[in-house]
Amino acid sequence: MRMSRALKGGLFKGVLFLSLLVGFLTLVVLLVDVFNDGLPFLDRTLLTSPPSGDPDIAGARPAILATIYIGALLLAFVVPIGVATAIYLEEYANKTRWYNRLLEINIQNLAAVPSIVYGILGLAFLVRGIGLGRVLLAGAMILTLLVLPTVIIAAREAIRAVPDSIRQGGYALGATQWQVVSRQVLPAAIPGIATGSILALSRGIGETAPLILIGAVTYISFDPTILGPFTALPIQIYSFLRLPQAEFKLLAAASIIVLLAILLTLNAFAIFIRNRYRRSW
Amino acid sequence: MSSIEPMTLGQIAQEHDEVETPKREVVFAVEDLAVAYASNVAIREVSLEVYKNAVTAFIGPSGCGKSTFIRCFNRMNDLVPSAKVTGNVLYHGKDLYADEVDPVEVRRRIGMVFQKPNPFPKSIYDNIAFGPRVLGLKDNLSDRVESALQRAALWDEVKDRLKESALGLSGGQQQRLCIARCLAVEPDVILMDEPASALDPISTTRIEDLMHELKREYTIVIVTHNMQQAARVADMTAFFSVDVAPDGGKRTGILVEYDRTSKIFTTPADKRTEDYVTGRFG
Repeated sequence: MRMSRALKGGLFKGVLFLSLLVGFLTLVVLLVDVFNDGLPFLDRTLLTSPPSGDPDIAGARPAILATIYIGALLLAFVVPIGVATAIYLEEYANKTRWYNRLLEINIQNLAAVPSIVYGILGLAFLVRGIGLGRVLLAGAMILTLLVLPTVIIAAREAIRAVPDSIRQGGYALGATQWQVVSRQVLPAAIPGIATGSILALSRGIGETAPLILIGAVTYISFDPTILGPFTALPIQIYSFLRLPQAEFKLLAAASIIVLLAILLTLNAFAIFIRNRYRRSW
Repeated sequence: MSSIEPMTLGQIAQEHDEVETPKREVVFAVEDLAVAYASNVAIREVSLEVYKNAVTAFIGPSGCGKSTFIRCFNRMNDLVPSAKVTGNVLYHGKDLYADEVDPVEVRRRIGMVFQKPNPFPKSIYDNIAFGPRVLGLKDNLSDRVESALQRAALWDEVKDRLKESALGLSGGQQQRLCIARCLAVEPDVILMDEPASALDPISTTRIEDLMHELKREYTIVIVTHNMQQAARVADMTAFFSVDVAPDGGKRTGILVEYDRTSKIFTTPADKRTEDYVTGRFG
């Protein structure tokens, strides 16, 4: 009896481990393959030169810069809006009111809308509607809308995870609702909010479809500006891959390494913020 | 069989009973109070007076509304959207539920300690300093923090680690921290909702000793499940019970009897109180 129970336990553990391996091995194979192809091309030229028809002097500088700009703008837009929405829904909204329930359902549904639809929205309302044009700012704004539901949901979960006893303790000392929210609830929720925002940022930076739709161009040989035409790393990678010369495939691999490096740096920064706030508890 | 007869609750209560109950100042006068959550009446028809510099205990079985009741004194029930309070709670003669009264101001005067210690996830110092900070009492903050910790009998244990997280304290220390936090805003009244129910016996004794100390300066109201505790610390005791509607449906808390603690535990006037304090019920 005991043997069979131990066996079951061991089997279960084995299955869990195998599941873990699927994800892990895929990632390792991918990384090894990309690094194998890309490392020789990961040099100054890639980082400092614009794209070119000659693979030896071609780089991805405009796309790298644009991705960094878009990421920074995205964060600057999405975190305040997302966190403020989450605070309203969790701390202020009266959930018995129909309009608050409607808002909630809407936000949950928005998270499931395909990114290409956001692209159409951006084209119609930002690029043409308010006449922003096919500029980097429009791209950042549309990606903001795209990842906003993710940030809201993550921030709400982080806020909800703050025990109610903390709020009650604050109120019992004569704190106002805003003081309780800003000095107790938000600081306690920051680790969760940071993690959610980073995941959202990663998704936004990796997006291609909505940017193509609003007209991110594939060939740009000058540094992007916020109000100018732009491309982005995923689009650059795609356009490298479409070129006939084999060297461009390797250049694409090198660009993928750059994209990964940007994402990992951002993640590291988020983890740093998270740990910092944890320590001060 | 046992060589030492355990003390009865009445004897415990009489030990600290003042022979002459002095004419005490009334801090709270509750008149015909009722609290309902949506259509569910938690407690009704409560009238009693809470006296200054005394410990008043609310005892009774689960569901008798005593925790709901104590939350009327600092308007914590306002935080529950469906809660509706009717009747009057007069605090030094002024109605706490009058339109012009700001619940935030009420809670600044009437502090509360909860059943489960709820230190903020901050340092010991910041926990105590939170109240003064939100109220704008920023002068001599360190003195305030020290004084509050002294009065809560916690200073000696934490003075060398004020910057460390309050979450690293033991349960009993955390609860005394919560009491200190409450004292730091210099309240008039301290409400305690089963403050020792999550603590071990030694920590409980310390909290009880603290109550004896604190009642010299403050008025204390305590909810407790533990009759021994009521007998040990309280000057006045209110016994609440559950009234079940004749059709066996709705259960509502009611105040059965309110008197000096020694009276409640020796010669209660009501049969239900007697059954409860002698352990025949609840």
